[in-house]
Amino acid sequence: MNGRGNLVALGTIAHREVIRILRIWGQTLMPPAITMTLYFIIFGTLIGRRIGEMHGFSYMQYITPGLVMMSIITNSYGNMTSSFFGAKFGRYIEEMLVSPMPPWVILCGYLSGAMLRGLTVGTLVLGISLLFTHLQMHHIAITLLTAILTSIVFALAGFINAVFARKFDDIAIIPTFVLTPLTYLGGVFYSVDMLPSPWRQISHANPILYMVSAFREGMLGIGDIALLPSFAVMLGFVALLGATCIMLLRRGVGMRN
Amino acid sequence: MTQAPALVLRNLCKTYPNGVEALKDVSLEISAGDLFALLGPNGAGKSTLIGIVSSLVNGTGGDAEVFGISIHKHRSAAMAMIGIVPQEINLNQFEKPLDICVQQAGFYGIRRSVAQERAERYLRELKLWDKAELPARTLSGGMKRRLMIARSMMNEPRLLILDEPTAGVDIEIRRSMWKFVRAINRAGTTVILTTHYLEEAENLCRNIAIIDHGRIIENTDMRSLLMQLDMETFVMDCQADLEALPEVDEIQFRRIDKRSFEADLPCSLDLNRLFASLTAAGITVKSMRNKTNRLEELFMRLTGDTETMA
Ligand SMILES: Nc1ncnc2c1ncn2[C@@H]1O[C@H](COP(=O)(O)OP(=O)(O)O)[C@@H](O)[C@H]1O
Ligand SMILES: [Mg+2]
Repeated sequence: MNGRGNLVALGTIAHREVIRILRIWGQTLMPPAITMTLYFIIFGTLIGRRIGEMHGFSYMQYITPGLVMMSIITNSYGNMTSSFFGAKFGRYIEEMLVSPMPPWVILCGYLSGAMLRGLTVGTLVLGISLLFTHLQMHHIAITLLTAILTSIVFALAGFINAVFARKFDDIAIIPTFVLTPLTYLGGVFYSVDMLPSPWRQISHANPILYMVSAFREGMLGIGDIALLPSFAVMLGFVALLGATCIMLLRRGVGMRN
Repeated sequence: MTQAPALVLRNLCKTYPNGVEALKDVSLEISAGDLFALLGPNGAGKSTLIGIVSSLVNGTGGDAEVFGISIHKHRSAAMAMIGIVPQEINLNQFEKPLDICVQQAGFYGIRRSVAQERAERYLRELKLWDKAELPARTLSGGMKRRLMIARSMMNEPRLLILDEPTAGVDIEIRRSMWKFVRAINRAGTTVILTTHYLEEAENLCRNIAIIDHGRIIENTDMRSLLMQLDMETFVMDCQADLEALPEVDEIQFRRIDKRSFEADLPCSLDLNRLFASLTAAGITVKSMRNKTNRLEELFMRLTGDTETMA
């Protein structure tokens, strides 16, 4: 297939993903909006009022970037796992496997779907936060770039999860036992500077910390970690996970007998 | 330049992780324009063979060429020429036939406007146009199978492979599928279909390979095969215990037990010859019946195994 053919194919997968996200919006867009609204009400308004300022911002303002990141992470990952595993489970992944599409087209197609959902929900949550507080945008490029890279990292991670999954339980385990804890411990609700040693040091092994920090830096101008190491971590994960995904697709792991 | 064969298989092997050797060194050549049957009992390795060609199964050895292009060295170019109708339904049950077809074209890099038009044409040809906007899960089994055929035509393949397309489909739909297959073959598409019905191969195909236990045991044209099949087998029960069976040029006798035996003879031979030889040998036949299952017979003859078609 030539370059234009590849683009048509990529667009086809992306189109199918958009239709899927919209068709089951009650599972894809609605729940995160509701959950995050509850977070804003409980942590932001009710509890946050008693917490006072964090680095010169109200607690509500402080956690907003964290909650947006949390939405992007969960939804990018969740979209990839459910959509790609669904295709495996329903066997219609074969439609793509028998086609001339090269692995990168399949990956990028699914990636665009996952990013679309992750970033849409992220934007939705940002919009909801405006009902509770006012926000500023310290550095829009850093904010956007962090959001995009984070979405890619977790979409790719979700892809690997879906490749190895054999039943629906397998795509629920990692989010529950790995993703959620790492996100909660990744500075969504607090600054790691508040942690005592050695927890502060240990937290630095958590990649999500770097992403949340860079995102908060972009929005509010404050972060736990310098930008350079944060972006290095993100780009490193994109390269590592991306190469792994392509290798898995090429070998047909979990897809071909 | 002579045209490359539609499909060449060279020493294909497949051992599944559980140790099952599904293909054992399969080599085969199918010419361009052919309507080819791959016949074999369940578990013979048909789907595995097709899976390797259509890149759904990773082979463990050998290579395949589609119109001269290696599926390993130039996967993308080879796949662009193949259409595949799998044995198991693999439709997204929530999607609609029209979307499924247009999407499939998209996976081959075909522009949406072209895809729309083709989808309509093939859905109409396969009598599915009135279902084009219904979710696939609401279609009947036969319709789903036809939808998979329409889907496989979206890239207008030069080689169409159908894996047991008519298994479990009623007679009328089977006939209409045969008609469709004949028509596209006449229009120039090479067609390979697998089946475990000899009648289907006989009705439809010009050339045939027979596969059993992962090996090609016969590869010939339909006519020669049917000629081979032109034998009848009779089972005879005798009045008294058998001693020696007679020896006649055109008839083969096989003892089954003390009082019964089988005789193979060409259909053209008259039965009086058989009875004359039996009378001469002093054998009195009490009853006799025709062993009719031709395919079973065929396999028995080719493999020396009567269990395969059970
Ligand atoms: N995914 C699989 N894992 C293990 N063994 C398999 C798998 N698929 C098929 N087989 C085995 O390989 C052999 C050939 O199967 P198959 O190609 O489906 O035959 P056919 O299509 O002729 O019925 C059978 O013994 C079958 O049990
Ligand atoms: Mg089969």
